[in-house]
Amino acid sequence: MEPRIRVENVSKTFTLHTQGGTRLAVMAGASLTVRPGECVALTGPSGAGKSTLMRIVYGNYRADAGSVTVAGTEVVNAEPRTVLALRRHVLGYVSQFLRVVPRVPTIEVVAEPCLAVGRCPASAEARARALLTRLNIPERLWGLSPLTFSGGEQQRVNIARGFAHAYPALLLDEPTASLDAANRAEVLRLIAEAKADGAAILGIFHDAEARAAICDRAVDVGAFMPAAGAATEGAG
Amino acid sequence: MTMMMDRLRSADRRPAPVAADGARGPLLTVDGLAKHYGARIGCTGVGFDLWPGEVLGIVGESGSGKTTLLKAIAGLVAPDAGSIRYDAGAGPVEVRALSEPERRRLMRTDWAFVHQNPRDGLRMGVSAGANVGERLMARGQRHYGRIRGAALDWLARVEIAGARLDDRPSAFSGGMQQRLQIARNLVSEPRLVFMDEPTGGLDVSVQARLLDLIRALVRELGLSAIVVTHDLAVVRLLADRLMVMKDGRVVEAGLTDQVLDDPAHAYTQLLVSSILQV
Repeated sequence: MEPRIRVENVSKTFTLHTQGGTRLAVMAGASLTVRPGECVALTGPSGAGKSTLMRIVYGNYRADAGSVTVAGTEVVNAEPRTVLALRRHVLGYVSQFLRVVPRVPTIEVVAEPCLAVGRCPASAEARARALLTRLNIPERLWGLSPLTFSGGEQQRVNIARGFAHAYPALLLDEPTASLDAANRAEVLRLIAEAKADGAAILGIFHDAEARAAICDRAVDVGAFMPAAGAATEGAG
Repeated sequence: MTMMMDRLRSADRRPAPVAADGARGPLLTVDGLAKHYGARIGCTGVGFDLWPGEVLGIVGESGSGKTTLLKAIAGLVAPDAGSIRYDAGAGPVEVRALSEPERRRLMRTDWAFVHQNPRDGLRMGVSAGANVGERLMARGQRHYGRIRGAALDWLARVEIAGARLDDRPSAFSGGMQQRLQIARNLVSEPRLVFMDEPTGGLDVSVQARLLDLIRALVRELGLSAIVVTHDLAVVRLLADRLMVMKDGRVVEAGLTDQVLDDPAHAYTQLLVSSILQV
């Protein structure tokens, strides 16, 4: 099966103009693939570039060289509108922090990705209700902005939003961090369902048990640190 | 010239928002736009495409030329050079070649301009309802009941009580005036909205409500917008794409989150690193 996410020979250097033009090479020769229905974990010590690589795949950071394709669409040096369309329809991203317009009710925050792809408001809201229920966000909170919630609740709203639309490719940054056992199990079920549905998932999971339960392979990002040189894709 | 306006008018049917990714070309194409004030550069060498359903943010410090650029595109100041092509669906039309009446008609029907100071965009001497209804009448609507109905509907959308329909904007707070200005501009369902610091000078909570309103309108009506602001938090939540201006020139452009999170230009890095984190 054709990989749905393909990273080939990606390198990244930050130039810090505000700090005397310091150049920081953070990644070289990064390559990996994720097939539909597969969940691949990015591993490596803190600072190895796991989040950087995820951000490059999402088009949030620019790659200096190499190629990233998601469902056949090139992300590196793509026109903004190409990336926007890809993010709307194909590529989801659950970051560690919720970023939303203040005062927008939780139910609308979660329904928004469905509205963005043209689902009717009633079905988008039904999907949001179902997810919020599964993730144990009490219904009395649905009308409030998630920005007033606790960290764990915000994270669950973030996950509900990330899973609202059935993205064919999904990036997960620590989806089970700061969750209790019951909610963690529910999030793992959501990930398993997305996999069964054919989504290609790339994620960072510090939670080793969760990683073992849900990931098919691991890619050690340490191998892509410029000092290490070699561009290899690890299998775990 | 009349033919050009006929083409603009004949394309009056709004494409569905889902068509925003479809086969049609950019809504607006700006090329080599320049405006000088004597020897001083207002803005120069500016070019970009704006697609249907897209929100473009323009950021920079005061004096960077962002408001000059916005006004030059919208025809509120006359550019010295460059081209502005607008395509309402029937092929691109060079806006600078339109006659004055044609350009004014475009501004009343397809375009809208939300000023930083609501007093510049409202008629302070007539009622809120008349402010909103006026643009509908300018588009040729004559039925009083329908105009009043649309005005009430839009006041509700910007959360102004219907009971205030007959009050003058001078009796409104600054935040309400700004929301009224937005209702006045959007009631005629323009395709392209220019906004100059739309949330500037407003309370933070009013700002949030306005941001939410603008986002919903972009999604529901498929409108495109160019938003000038110095507030990076506002563009992060509102704009799909960003242009960073310094000394009248665009120094960096791209996806909003890319420009803010991985800024390439020294000036953008300085702007981003100067924000107080909250």
